Amino acid sequence: MKFEKPATTNPIDNLTVVGKPIHRIDGELKTTGRAKYAYEWHDPDIDYAYGYPLGSSIAKGRIRSMDTAAAKKSPGVISVVTALDVGKRDLGSKNTANLFGGDEVQHYHQAIAIVVAATFEQARAASALIKVDYAVGEGVFDLSTATKDAKKPKAEGGTEPDSSVGDFEGAFANAAVKLDATYTTPDQSHAMMEPFASIAAWNGDELTVWTSSQMIDWWRTDLATTLGIDKEKIHLMSPFIGGGFGGKLFLRSDAVMAAFAAKAAGRPVKVALPRPFLVNNATHRPATIQRIRIGATRDGKITAIGHESWSGDLPGGQPETAVMQTRLLYAGENRMTAMRLATLDLPEGNSMRAPGEAPGLMALEIAIDEIAVKLGMDPVEFRILNDTQVDPEKPGRNFSHRNLVGCLTLGAEKFGWNARGKPGTKREGGQFIGLGMAAAFRNNLVMPSGARVKLDARGDITVETDMTDIGTGSYTILAQTAAEMMGVPMEKVGVHLGDSRFPVSSGSGGQFGANSSTSGVYAACVKLREAVAQKLGFNSQDIEFANGEVRSDNRVVPLSQAAGPEGLVGEDTMQWGDLEKTYQQSTFGAHFVEVGVDVATGEVRLKRMLAVCAAGRILNPITARSQVIGAMTMGAGLALSEELSVDKRRGFFVNHDLAGYEVAVHADIPHQDVIFMDETDPISSPMKAKGVGELGLCGVSAAIANAVYNATGIRVRDYPVTLDKLIHELPEVA
Amino acid sequence: MRAFTFERAESVRAAAESASNNPEAKFIAGGTNLLDLMKLEIEVPTHLIDVNGLGLDKIEVTSEGGLRIGAMVRNTDLASHETVRRDYGLLSRALVAGASGQLRNKATTAGNLLQRTRCPYFYDTAQSCNKRMPGSGCSAIGGVTRQLGVIGTSEACIATHPSDMAVAMRALDAVVETTRPDGTNRSIPISDFHHLPGDSPHIETALEKGEMITAVTLPKPAGGMHIYRKVRDRASYAFALVSIGAIIQADGTGRVAVGGVAPKPWRVDAADAALAKGAKAACAELMADARPTDDNRFKIALVERTLAAVIEETRDKP
Repeated sequence: MKFEKPATTNPIDNLTVVGKPIHRIDGELKTTGRAKYAYEWHDPDIDYAYGYPLGSSIAKGRIRSMDTAAAKKSPGVISVVTALDVGKRDLGSKNTANLFGGDEVQHYHQAIAIVVAATFEQARAASALIKVDYAVGEGVFDLSTATKDAKKPKAEGGTEPDSSVGDFEGAFANAAVKLDATYTTPDQSHAMMEPFASIAAWNGDELTVWTSSQMIDWWRTDLATTLGIDKEKIHLMSPFIGGGFGGKLFLRSDAVMAAFAAKAAGRPVKVALPRPFLVNNATHRPATIQRIRIGATRDGKITAIGHESWSGDLPGGQPETAVMQTRLLYAGENRMTAMRLATLDLPEGNSMRAPGEAPGLMALEIAIDEIAVKLGMDPVEFRILNDTQVDPEKPGRNFSHRNLVGCLTLGAEKFGWNARGKPGTKREGGQFIGLGMAAAFRNNLVMPSGARVKLDARGDITVETDMTDIGTGSYTILAQTAAEMMGVPMEKVGVHLGDSRFPVSSGSGGQFGANSSTSGVYAACVKLREAVAQKLGFNSQDIEFANGEVRSDNRVVPLSQAAGPEGLVGEDTMQWGDLEKTYQQSTFGAHFVEVGVDVATGEVRLKRMLAVCAAGRILNPITARSQVIGAMTMGAGLALSEELSVDKRRGFFVNHDLAGYEVAVHADIPHQDVIFMDETDPISSPMKAKGVGELGLCGVSAAIANAVYNATGIRVRDYPVTLDKLIHELPEVA
Repeated sequence: MRAFTFERAESVRAAAESASNNPEAKFIAGGTNLLDLMKLEIEVPTHLIDVNGLGLDKIEVTSEGGLRIGAMVRNTDLASHETVRRDYGLLSRALVAGASGQLRNKATTAGNLLQRTRCPYFYDTAQSCNKRMPGSGCSAIGGVTRQLGVIGTSEACIATHPSDMAVAMRALDAVVETTRPDGTNRSIPISDFHHLPGDSPHIETALEKGEMITAVTLPKPAGGMHIYRKVRDRASYAFALVSIGAIIQADGTGRVAVGGVAPKPWRVDAADAALAKGAKAACAELMADARPTDDNRFKIALVERTLAAVIEETRDKP
């Protein structure tokens, strides 16, 4: 099915199951520990071996030689496979750094050997016995100095690094009120709970891999490339994922090493990457330096807006696209954006939840707060005044649906925004109290998504797709979609995910998963409905599926009967026309935050949070709310404590564990409220839904920084907003 | 983790003797720090001596009116003990500010004193560290040092001692009771227990080979207001950037120990003497010879501001 015209009325609009607050259908499996994650697959008849990786202890250079003799003699060791043994491999299409193989070291903790032993402990002990002789190379590790050699990156996927409308320089120079400020965001880690883990098993030339992947087909394709085998020979499974946040979008070294290790050991091998490898072996969100210039009239109309961003990555890598939202979020006739990319020899930078918009809004939404202060305007009013209903770079192009103003207005009312005082004036006990807000913005992306839906003789529906559930609720919303389309209750629907034998789906990322994959199931159900109608000889124009029955004119047939003993199958892939080109599809929101800042120590603690989201039809308010409160929590960490600290001499992230990289803990998170605007977007998909999983992260960190400003009068432009950036400007303690 | 042998000690004396006979032996109590370090091969004992079953888990009032806390008393039990809460509130508050509930259930009094630094360069075995591998150099100096020490450090090591409990013990003038392999006992004032790094940062305490902590004794209650203020980026489960353990009397005199700034709980007699004059005066004494890095210079101002808030709190609540 190809979605080419805005959706009209369809069976989803019945909303008997879709849109209902239904608890996760996999919730019981998870809370009782029966949901099997990658490392936990265990067949008692299989004598698994265990692989433990060795990472490079230098950031750049070459391996001259490796001495594995002691490791091979260590108790329980079955095999040692080194990067030199497997040699340089073809690079996966979505990888920047080599995952495993060859003598070149591109970054710290790059995988250079895998030790296979009878037990995990034996493998780990033996890995420490490998001696490596390196030729150490000179690397570049400091973004602040590397920017002088930064280059204009090539356009990726139709995204030009630069954009320009009108005469930005002239309009900015002549603006009555101006802001010109530079902001920085640090390198950030996905820090998901489940580490990368894979089990690989060979049967002749066929490879089975249980792993933890957001994108089954991307992994399968790139694993085949890296191993140099036919993709069809690989069976990849990832039915449960303990968090990914973009870190598991692209093939990682655990799967590659497990495959080589299993080959060498002659039996299935389990490999889990140790926690520090999540930081220095895998990918992270790159640091940015962002300069924002805004010019406005005295009555608050933006006349010029410019946003430049510098980030770094390994050679062949990509920029963090931190300027993208600035092309779309606010009106203004004269505009410019630019991205520049420096070469850094740190671990690979890549997608992390809301790539581009999350760090982009961390800067932009402080800048908007700053110019509002300069204008003496309320920042909510300023944003409303500068709203746009068209793509400001291409004014002939409309937003499919945009209700940013509604989110701002409702949020301000519900949060009690009017109670906000002047900066640094409100004190309760030992804290300065402040309110802050920011707009939320994240583009709505769609991806082709396939599914197979089966109807059996009991009238049960089974959905099969390689879609993944990274904790988001995919199982549940796909079941809701199939139940709605086929007119059956939830209990009659089974969902099987994350298996390369199933039709290729959108996968999970870029907040495209829910809308795309439910649309894929919608398409497959349309096929299945046609098959049912054809079998029964019904005219499919007036056919109705409800209560486990098919109804047409006066005939009513139970689905079970229509299926017959062999059952029926519908399979299709949702393809997308050009509605995302003719319309700008985005999601919108508003974040409101109250903070307390310790008068003496400068410690910032959150007191209240509210997000109002406009993201099309909400498929399931429970799972959608979980996405948003999780994102708000992540945004709190990014605002206040998360920073991968770069050792600029040795080229690695020093705080590579969860003690050193401080994500928010329970005690950091106060009462959180989420309000969804009641809306649909028929231009987005037949589901009339949009993504929401990343929207909740976009802007929240800036809202916190703005609240800190309101509390203290201190403007911090370098994240995270830690106390050392505040205490020198706080008043003396009596 | 390397292979090791394991024994359950039959007595304190036997444990100490066993440890002195085997130069690669370690005592194990709660194991909350040691086992992590063994997995990373930062600690590589060939023999572990389990000292949990020796009856060292009691809290008793001493004849001097103080408290004798067995070496194996769990952090949770110590923090919630009625006498500790009533008479040594500083200790109770410091304990619950540390780690997590699960860790405190397992961690012991002696083990807490002996926990090792959280310097990230100590933890990464690919980096040089004079504490982990004497003479290999300190890769932290000149690196990422925001969490590290500002005072009492040396050219060889700028790590801090991570304990909250020890800061309280220092302010309370605790005494560490030990038994040596020859069966003799000694009492080590907490001020002498932890060593500054100098040019031998791998030697962290006054304990001799095989010498085992049996108890920590507190003198009779000091009265006053007991405040433990731990400053950190997140609200829980983080090591202190700075912590203040203070006992302040109604007349404004008292004692103060500082955590998160030095290789040992930091207390200076002259600072105690200056405490009644206020935070600025006391902090000037506490931080007199500080040698911060650009990354952690803020800790000096933070100590003063936090101490000022602590003093203010005592004035608010007479």
